[in-house]
Order: sequence, then C-alpha cells, then structure tokens
Amino acid sequence: MMIPFNPADLIAIQPELVLLGATCAILLIDLFIKPSQRDITHWLSIATLALTSYLVWRGAPELSSGVTAFNGMLLHDGISVVLKQFILLTSGLSLFYARNYMRERSLLVGELYLLVLFATLGMMLLVSAGSLITVYLGLELLALSSYALVAMNRDSASSAEAAIKYFVLGALASGLLLYGMSMIYGATGSLDLATITGKFGQVEHPGWLAFGLVFLVCGIAFKVGAAPFHMWLPDVYHGAPTAVTVFIGSAPKIAAFGLAYRLLEGGLGPLSGQWTLMLAILAVASLAVGNVLAIAQSNLKRMLAYSTISHVGFMLLGFVGGTPAGYSAAMFYIISYTMTATVAFGMIALLARKGFECEEIDDFKGLNQRSPWYAAIMGIAMFSLAGVPPLFGFFAKLLVLKAAIDAGFLWLAIVAIVFAIIGIYYYLRVVKVMYFDAAAEETALPLPSDVALRWVISINGLALIVLGLAWGPLFDWCNRAFGV
Amino acid sequence: MDQWPLLSILIWLPIVGAILVLAFGRDARVARWLSLITTLATLIASLPLYLNYDAVAGGMQFIESHAWINALKANYALGVDGIAVALIVLTTFTSVLVIIGSWGPIQKRVSQYMAAMLVLEGMLIGIFCATDALLFYVFFEAMLIPMFIIIGIWGGPRRVYATLKFFIYTFLGSIFMLIALIYLHMKTGEFSLAAFATAPLGTTEQAWIFFAFLAGFAIKVPMWPVHTWLPDAHVEAPTGGSVILAAIMLKVGGYGFIRFSLPITPDASQEYAWVVIAMSLVAVVYIGYVALVQDDMKKLIAYSSVAHMAFVTLGIFISLALVRNYANADAARLGIQGAMVQMISHGFVSGAMFSCIGVLYDRLHSRMIKDYGGVLNVMPWFGGLFIFFSMANCGLPGTSGFVGEFMVILASFQSNPWIALVAAFTLIIGAAYTLWLVKRVIFGEVTNPKVAKFEDLNAREWIVLGSFAAAVLALGIYPKPLTDLMDSSVLQIVNALMLSKA
Repeated sequence: MMIPFNPADLIAIQPELVLLGATCAILLIDLFIKPSQRDITHWLSIATLALTSYLVWRGAPELSSGVTAFNGMLLHDGISVVLKQFILLTSGLSLFYARNYMRERSLLVGELYLLVLFATLGMMLLVSAGSLITVYLGLELLALSSYALVAMNRDSASSAEAAIKYFVLGALASGLLLYGMSMIYGATGSLDLATITGKFGQVEHPGWLAFGLVFLVCGIAFKVGAAPFHMWLPDVYHGAPTAVTVFIGSAPKIAAFGLAYRLLEGGLGPLSGQWTLMLAILAVASLAVGNVLAIAQSNLKRMLAYSTISHVGFMLLGFVGGTPAGYSAAMFYIISYTMTATVAFGMIALLARKGFECEEIDDFKGLNQRSPWYAAIMGIAMFSLAGVPPLFGFFAKLLVLKAAIDAGFLWLAIVAIVFAIIGIYYYLRVVKVMYFDAAAEETALPLPSDVALRWVISINGLALIVLGLAWGPLFDWCNRAFGV
Repeated sequence: MDQWPLLSILIWLPIVGAILVLAFGRDARVARWLSLITTLATLIASLPLYLNYDAVAGGMQFIESHAWINALKANYALGVDGIAVALIVLTTFTSVLVIIGSWGPIQKRVSQYMAAMLVLEGMLIGIFCATDALLFYVFFEAMLIPMFIIIGIWGGPRRVYATLKFFIYTFLGSIFMLIALIYLHMKTGEFSLAAFATAPLGTTEQAWIFFAFLAGFAIKVPMWPVHTWLPDAHVEAPTGGSVILAAIMLKVGGYGFIRFSLPITPDASQEYAWVVIAMSLVAVVYIGYVALVQDDMKKLIAYSSVAHMAFVTLGIFISLALVRNYANADAARLGIQGAMVQMISHGFVSGAMFSCIGVLYDRLHSRMIKDYGGVLNVMPWFGGLFIFFSMANCGLPGTSGFVGEFMVILASFQSNPWIALVAAFTLIIGAAYTLWLVKRVIFGEVTNPKVAKFEDLNAREWIVLGSFAAAVLALGIYPKPLTDLMDSSVLQIVNALMLSKA
C-alpha cells in the first residue's frame, strides 16, 4: 500500500525538525571547539530550545481542535502544545543548573547537551504521538538518552550502577509496554490510537484488549515511577550526577503524563472503567510508599526521589475520573511538580562544590545564615512540595483533590490528604535544618559565581509564589487544551 | 462606598513592609523602625474601618471582589462585619505592641523576625476579611509558615519539636476542612461563603462537613482534647510569638466556628452541639486543674488560655440550643456576643500575661515559677500591672475578663443551669491558679539573689503593658462600643440559625 506523503505535514512537525537539525549542528560544532569554549555549546543549546519553543508557540493550532499529521501518526493539539512548552522550559532550566556542577567535575562535555536535546526531541514526539509506534519511538529516544546521561560520570561506581539499573528496568518496562501494545494491535488490527478507540465494541476478543491494557498500565507505571513499579527511581535519582537528576526528575515527568494520557485516554478511553480503578490503586500505593519511605531518608536526593513517587500518586488522582477536567488537573499538577522539583534539585546542584556533593539533608544545615536568599528559595520549594498555600503546589493539590472528589472518589481524596500530612514532615525537616540548625564547618563554602545560574534559580523559585497567587491563566490554559 | 480598597491595604501593607524590612533591614535598627512604622501605619489604617463601619446596618461592608480563578469561580472577595472589624483592630493593635515588645529581646536575625511578624499580621487580617472560602483557606494555612519560622528560629531549647508539632497538628486539622470546602464547591459551583451558607445540605452531608470543620477549628482554638500542641508551642515560642499566638491565632478558630460551622451546617451544629459543649466544659474544669499544677509560667498561661477559649466555643454552641429548642433568640445573641467579647478580652489579657512573662524572662532567662518570688519588692510597677492582669485573667468585675465570661454563663443558664454551674467553676479554678501564680512570683520574700537585682519596667515595656492595661480596663468598664459594633452582625447570625437547611 502506497502511503501518500503530504508536504503540509512537515509544517506540523517544524519545531521537531528544527530541534533535530539544530542538535545535529551542535553535535558538529561541539567537535571543533576547545573544551574551554564549551559555553558556546551551552548557549547554542539554550537558543535551540528557545527557538523550538517559539516555533511550537507560533505553530500552535486552535487549542483543543488539533491537527493530525502523517496519517495520524502525530497529533498536534492544545495538549501537546502545553506539554511541549513545559518540556522545553524545564529542559532549558536543567541545562542552566547543570553547567556549573558538571564543569567543576570535568564532566561538562558536549554529549551532555546532545543527550538532553535528543531526549527533549523524544519527549516532544511522545506527547504528540497519535499511534503506538510513535509513542514507542518517542519513549525509546527519551529512555536511551536518559540511560546514557545517568552514566555520564563513568568513573563513579554508583553512577554506573544507577545507569545499569535504570537500563535494565527501563528495558523491562519497555518490554511490558510493547507486549501490551501487541495485544491491542492483535485485538484491533491497528496501531493508530484513534482507530483503536473507534474499533472498540466491534472487537472480536475484548479479553485481549483488557489483557493488553494491564501490560500498558504496568509499563506506564514503570515510566512515571508509580508504586509498586518505583524500585528504580530512588537509586537512579541518587546515583546520577545531581545535574542529571535535575533533568530526569523534571521534564520526563511531563512526558510521562503525556504517555499516560495518550495511551489510556487517547487509545483505550472506552476501557476507562477498568483502568481508572487500576490507577486508583497505583495512586494509593504510590502515596503510601513515597511518603512513608521518604521519612527514613537522610540523603536529600533520595528523599526527593521518594517524594516524586508520592507526587506521581497525587497526579494519578486526576486520572481516576477519566474526565477532561481531571486530566487538566493532572496536567496542572505535573507542571507544578516539575517547576518545583527543578528548584529543589537545582539547589542541590547549586550548592554542591568540587568534592562536596551537598546532597545529604544535613549539608543544608544553617543555610539561612550563609545565604538567606537561597534558603528562602529552597524553603519556598519545600513548602510548595508540601502543598502549603499560597504556593503553587497547594493549588495543584487542590485541583487534583477536587478532580478525585468530583469523580466520586472521596475515599481516595481522604487517603491522599492523610499521606500528604505524613509528607509534610520530611519537607519541614529540610526547612528545619536550613533555618533552625547551626551551620557545620565543612558546609560553609562560598557560593558559586555563575550569575546566570543564580538568576535562573531565583526566578524559578519566585515563580512558585507568583504562580501560586495567580495560577488562573495557567489553569485556563490547561483547561482550554482539554476543551473543558 | 469608600473608594479606597481599605481591606486590601490592611492585608498587603504589612506584607509589603515585610519585603522592605528584608531588603533594607540589614541594620537591626532600620529593621525595627521600619516594622514599627509599618504596624503603626496598619493600625492607623484600621481605624477608619472601625469608625466608618455602619454598625446599625450590620452585614458585610467594605466589600471588594475581583475575579481570581475564573475556572473555579473563586474570587478575591473581601468584606467585614462587626465581628471581623473587632478582630482586625485587635490584630493591628496587638501587632504594634509585639513589635515594640520585641525591640530588645530579639537580637538575632532581627530583620527576618520582624518580617515574619509582619507577614503573619497580613495573613491574620486576611483571614478575618476573606469572604471567599478558598481565599480564607489560603490565609488560614499560609499563616503557619511565618509562625513555624518564628518558633523554630527564635524559640527555646525544644523549639524544633514544638514547632514541628504545631505545624503538623494544625495542618492535620485544616486539611480535612479543605476536603469539606471542595465538597461544598462541588455542590454549589463556587467558593463564596454566602453561597455555601444558602446551599441546601442533607443531614448526613452536614454532619460530615461539620466534623471536618470541627477538626480544623477545634485544633486552632484549641479545644480539649486536641490542645496538646499549644503548651509546647507557647513554652518554646519567643515572647512575641506567644503573644500573637494567644492573642490572635487562637481567635481564628472561634471566628471559624462563627463564620463556617454555624451558617453552613446549622442543623449538624445543633445536633452535635452537645459534643462541643461537653468538650468545652471539660476544658473549663479539667484544663483549669491542669493549669494549677504547672511549674512553668508560660505553660500555666497556655493552659489557662485553653480554659478561657472554652468559653468562646461554649458561648457559640450554646446559642444553637437556645435558638432551636427554646426559641430564645435573645439569650442566643447573648451567648455569641459573650463569646466574641471573651475572644477580644482574652486577646488583651493573654497578650498582656505573655508580655509580662517575657519581661521576667528577659531578666532571669527562666520561666520556672520557683526561680522567682518577691518580684513586687524590686519591681513595684511591674508587680502592680501583673496583679492587675491576673485579676483580669480570673475574671474580676471591672476588667474585660469578667464581661465575656459573665455573658456566656448567663446565656448558658437559660439553656441549662447545670451547664452554667459547671462553667462558673472557672471563677474558682481560674482564681486559684492565677492567684497562686501571683503569690509565688510576685509576693513573698526575695529568695533568689538575681531577682534582687531586677530593674523595674523600662519605657518600652511600659508602653506595651500600659497599652494592654488600658485596653483591658476600657473593655471591662465600658464594653458597649464593642457590643454595639457587633450587635447587628450577631443578630444576623442568630436569625440565620433559625432556618433549617436540610
């Protein structure tokens, strides 16, 4: 069968094409510059992300109507626009937070930028995927880049261990996902998500669909890091260089939301009666595991990893209703979470020195005496993660709780808040060491001189307050994307 | 209509002041003066509120409303009735005294302390102004952050334990309230308190919502048996923190009952009023006895706060039985009026008592009763004021402490004389623990050589304690301006109570 090629489709993926082209160009440029000129790569990468963001913006279709390209392989709708913008934003933020950290460890190589850019490309594909193939393509591009990023510090045993764990478990998750996809393909005879939805009801073996669904949900749970498929997450976050943790802890979470939305609602929407319950169980498990285990951590990166698991649980609350309003709340939540997580991880990267990782909670002792400004920013991030008003994180929690209650899952909302209260403790502990404890000798090091880094993290932190006070426009944007 | 957005000014002026203090307050003197100017400006700005509030008309005035979150129909909606005006003026008044009182004792990170106090002031005013449930909740929770910092940085030896307990405990209560608010939003489609109050609710729904609100506000008040965070927080907090905590933050709980529980869940409130009344009576008697055996002055006053705040909850909830079972609206008004007067009075008295203890603590760095004795011999002026505030604390007629308690007991008597009898025990127990405190601290021989070197009040302490004393005396002798201010607002609340929602 000859598939007609429509040149207009190229317009729809113009941002991705530009990103790909620029990434290849950066690859070449980076080969010819001296390591001391790595800043060129840095700023070129930032410029590429900014340009891509602009192109996404300019090419944004009428929100919520959307266009398809390449015979439905790609969907370009309001949802993908919002997700792409925040993926590009958080990827750019993580590059800012990474530079100083990686340079001090002689890890600032061109590959860092290339892998981040390729991963970003993968995420962009993933969130506008209209077919099982493009979902998988985007996912693997993201995953393979991330494995390499985690192994960036190749002389470090823990970094290598984390990368292997990530790779093996990631491959397992991909396998589960693929297996589920094959079942769905077998049942419906199509890879196209819209067709799969359309064929529902005429399927000869509905059991295959349900079977496939289970594997898809497991695969998604692996990728988003929902309990009980979360084992890789703390080790990877902990073992990876902090600068890489900033990245893998932020933008891929947004992409994972896109993955879950595209596959579950986009492809298997009619089965929502089944998967909403599965997600509700995953949500409870994630909230329990994440919040309870985080208390026991003394390493901040590990603690934040467990906190990520609990936040994924919160995000899933938005899914349990299976309504556009719920997805919109979940999207708002994941955006809020990543914006906050970049600050928290970025602060670890900012305070780290050569030979001093600053990743233990105790390393933050007395930060308020050394630097009231950064202590305040970190405090804002912690209170936002804990969900204390008037910060961004509170309103995100409010919306997902509302989504769950509207969907009739009042019990789930109550479970969630009980765990949220437990969660308060470990966030407050970070505030406690920063504000109430005296600084230890070895932490009293000067702060970095990277001006861009200081400004970016400050703006990022203050954005949590601003978005907390005026979150209406962002929420409206999310709502319009879902046509609420 | 006033063209100035007076309420917004009152909320944001202290917060802007806090930012300025943080930005320019590297020099402690600058930080102190800037904070004093800010709180004074806020106090002055709150006077037009009192003067221009039309107490005869009652109801919500100085209304401001701007769209905040269209998707949820949440508004930046502010408005005050007589009750709120009284509490706002209490807040602005106390804040000035707290800043003056912290002038000397706080030497470490002055600008941060002052900024936290100012932010706290703004949040508290916001709570009393908000007529939108989401906005209320935001202020209600956000005020925990500055208080958490205040206790944690400038507090006593066990400050970390106390502040974590304070934060988590109060957060625990209010987050259940959040679920209730979301549920109400689902029912009505908006967050305005007026819409919540008119929404029809079944008895089961009301019961759940009532208990969710009870969890939030009972912990804030705090009522027995969820009061245990308060003694810890009070003991460890710096003097200024204790004063704000006792004088204003506790009032938020009582205010919440009046603003949320009564109008939104009147039927459930009536059905379960006995729970609250029983808890209040236990607090009056049992907590009174607990206060008796304390050997730490701050703990003693903290427990006495719990016992006194029980009158507030008693007065509020006794009114339901009076309205519904006895159709006695006058007595119900008396009950709520009494609760409000008690709140204002307790604000002054407890603020003054904690300030007094702060004065002693600054001299000896001990809160233990046994370390003192015979203070009157070396500090006659201070001793006199301390005795005066103690009298107010045990409800001596002529002081503000008498008025509220008397009104509440009077109202209770018309519902059930036995309740009034138990409540009246406070007059004995309160006198016992307060006067025994006075005996051990103020009277007697000077046994501690350090006490002998005490100097009497300095000008700064005079301003603080003198202002409190004037307020206590004024309210005790002539409470009419306060009751007039609140009268028609209370009447409206009582009238609303007569209507069933189920």
